[in-house]
Amino acid sequence: MKKFALLMLALMLILPQFATTAEANEKKIKAGFIYVGPVGDAGWTYAHDEGRKGMEALPFVEPSTFIESVPEGAESARVITGLVRKGHNLVFTTSFGYMDATLDVARRNKDVVFMHCSGYKAAENVGNYFGRMYEPRYLSGIVAGKMTKANIIGYIAAFPIPEVIRGINAFTLGVRSVNPKAEVRVVWTQTWFDPGVERDAADSLLDVGSDVLTMHQDAPATLQAAEARGAYVIGYNTDMRSFAPNAFLTAPVWNWGPLYAKTAQQVKDGTWKSESIWWGMKEDLVQLAPLSDKVPAEVKALVSEKTAAVKSGKLHPFAGPIKDQSGKIQVAAGSVAADGDLLGMNYFVEGVRGTIPK
Amino acid sequence: MKLITVKRELSSPLLRFAAPFISVLVALFVAGFLLLAAGVNPAQAYLEMLQESLGSTYGLSETLVKTTPLIFASLGVSLAFRMQIWNIGAEGQIYMGACGATGVALFSGIENHAVMITAMFLAAFLLGGLWAGVAGVLRARWQVNEVIVTLLMNYIAILGVDYLIYGPWKDPKGFNFPLTAQFSDAARLTEFFDTRFHSGFFLALFCALIMYLFMERTVWGYEIKVIGSNPKAARYAGMRTGLAIFAVLFLSGAMAGIAGFGEVAGLQHRLQHGISPGYGYTAIIIAWLAKRSAIGVVIVSFLMGVLLVGGDSLQLSWQLPVAFVYAFQGLILFFLLASDCFMHNRLKLVRGERHV
Repeated sequence: MKKFALLMLALMLILPQFATTAEANEKKIKAGFIYVGPVGDAGWTYAHDEGRKGMEALPFVEPSTFIESVPEGAESARVITGLVRKGHNLVFTTSFGYMDATLDVARRNKDVVFMHCSGYKAAENVGNYFGRMYEPRYLSGIVAGKMTKANIIGYIAAFPIPEVIRGINAFTLGVRSVNPKAEVRVVWTQTWFDPGVERDAADSLLDVGSDVLTMHQDAPATLQAAEARGAYVIGYNTDMRSFAPNAFLTAPVWNWGPLYAKTAQQVKDGTWKSESIWWGMKEDLVQLAPLSDKVPAEVKALVSEKTAAVKSGKLHPFAGPIKDQSGKIQVAAGSVAADGDLLGMNYFVEGVRGTIPK
Repeated sequence: MKLITVKRELSSPLLRFAAPFISVLVALFVAGFLLLAAGVNPAQAYLEMLQESLGSTYGLSETLVKTTPLIFASLGVSLAFRMQIWNIGAEGQIYMGACGATGVALFSGIENHAVMITAMFLAAFLLGGLWAGVAGVLRARWQVNEVIVTLLMNYIAILGVDYLIYGPWKDPKGFNFPLTAQFSDAARLTEFFDTRFHSGFFLALFCALIMYLFMERTVWGYEIKVIGSNPKAARYAGMRTGLAIFAVLFLSGAMAGIAGFGEVAGLQHRLQHGISPGYGYTAIIIAWLAKRSAIGVVIVSFLMGVLLVGGDSLQLSWQLPVAFVYAFQGLILFFLLASDCFMHNRLKLVRGERHV
C-alpha cells in the first residue's frame, strides 16, 4: 500500500509536465486501423483503406497504420493494444467481431479514442459508427427488379446477422417495388472473405436460373461468376465494375473518408464525444455507384428520382406495410421501422426465398 | 544418379538438442532475405519481435496468454500421438470444451466463483473428452480410421457452436448478433497485473506436470507407449487395447476441451465465432516438435507464442502485409520440421537405377 501511494505521488509530480508539453504542441492525430480482410480484397477492407487515405490528407494527421487480416474475437485485443502502445491516439476497428476486444482495450487506455464499426456497444472513449447501407441496397434492388427476365435473383450472403439480413430485405423491397413477381434467393457462405466459397455459391445460384446476382461479401468473386456466365450482377462495398465489365449494373458502396476525417478533426479539437453514428445517403457515407450502360434510360431516370427521394427523407425503404415471409405484418402501413428494429432485424420480408438459421 | 533417403543411425544427444535451435536460426537467416527485399533491416526486425513478445510485462503477458491454449491442446494431441493415435480433431474438441463451459456459465446459476469455475472445467473436460471419445469407440470397436473421424468432427463441432450462438444461446439483449451473453464475474478466471494474463496458464502448467507424471511414472503411461509401438505385443501381454484407445482419445479430447474452457473463461467471457484461431491445428505441429513429451510441449508452446505474438510487430512497425507474416511463420515451421526429418533420415546419392 505504501509503495502504491509513493507511485501515485511520483505520477502526480510527473503527469502535469506531460500535460503541459502536450498542450504546447499542436495535437497530432496518429490513427490506427484494424482490418478484417486484406487491403487488396477490393471490397470491404479496401473501402476502409480508401477512407484512411482520405483522412491522411488532413495536415494534422500523421501517417496512419493499418493491420490487416486480424481474426475477430479475443485475438484482436492484442493487436489493438499493439497500436495503442505504438502511440496511436485514434483507433478504428472495422468489423463487428472486434466489439468486445475494442471495449476491453479501451477500458485500459482511457486517453485513446476508439471507433468501432458495425456494433452496438459504446463507452466513454468508444464510439460506434455504421452506414445505412440499406438505402442504396433498396435502390440497387430497383435496378435488379427491372433487369431480371427470369424473375429469379441470387443473393450471396455472408453471415445471418442483422446487418446482412437488413440488406437482403431492403434489396428485396426494392426489387418488389417494381417487379412483384420476382423472388430473391439467398445462399449463406458463413465467411466474409473466401473467394472460392463465394464463387461456388454464385455458381449454384446461377444453376437454379438466376439471371441477376448480388452479394454481401468482401471479394469480387460473385462478379466474376456472373461475367463468366453472362448474367447481370450488382456489386457491393466498392465500385467493382472492372471485374465484370459486361455483367456489372451498379453497386451500393461505402465512402468512409468524410467520416474518418471528421472524427480526426473532432479528436484534434477536443470536441469528440462518444456517440452512435448511423449515417446514410444524405451524409454521403453510403452511395449507389453510377449505373452502367446496360441499364435502360427509363430505369436510370427512375433510380435517380428514387435516390433523390431517399436523400430527402421522403422515401424510407422500410416504410410499411411490410410483411415477412409468413405473411405476418412486421411494419404497419403508415409507419416506418424504428432504428432499433432495423438494428436487430431478424426476419426475411416477403419475396425472399431462404431461411435464417434459428 | 538418384537421391534417396535412408534411415540415420542414432544421432548424438547434443545434436538432437541443438537441432531445433539451429533450424530456427537458419529459418531466420532465410527470412532475413525476404525482410531485406521488403526494405526492412532483419536484425532490427528480429529485435523488435523479441521486444514485442518478451520485452515488457505486457508483451510477456500476451505471449503467455497465447501459450496457454497451445499447452492444453498440445498435451492432448501428444498423449494420443504417443499411442500412435492420430487425433487431428483438437480444434473441434476446443470448441466443444468452450461449449460445455459456456453452458454451465450461462445456465447453472452458480454464484460461488470456485464452484462455478470447477463446474465449467468439468463440463469442458467431459464434453471435449466425449467428442474425441466418439472417434475412440469407432476406432476400438470397428477399426474406423480416427484421422478421418476426428478431422471431420471439427466441422461438426464448429457448426454446432454456430447453431447455438445463432439460435438458443443467442444473447437476448444482443440485437440478434451471433453471441451469447457475457459471463458473470463468477465465471471468469482471475486476471493479473491489469493484463489479460489469467490463471489458466498455471492450470496449463499443472496439467503438464500431471501429464508428465502420468506418462513417465505410471504403468498406464508405459502401456500407452507399448500399445503405440507394438499393438500385437501389447495384446499378447494382456493389455486391453480397445479400452486404452478409448481412454486415450477421451483424455486427449478432454485436454483440448480444457483449452476451450480457458479461452471462454479467461479471455472471451462469452461464446462466439473464432474461439480458436486454429490452436487445434497448431497443437499438432507443437506435439510433433516436442516429441510428444509434456515438458517439451510447454517449451515449444511458449516458443510458438513468442513467434505468433512477435509476428504482430512485423505488421505494426513496418506495415508488412499479413501474407509476409504468414510466410515468415511458415518458413520457421518448415525448417523445424525439416530438421526433425533429417534427424532420423539422411539423403544419399546413389548411382544407376539400383532400388533400395
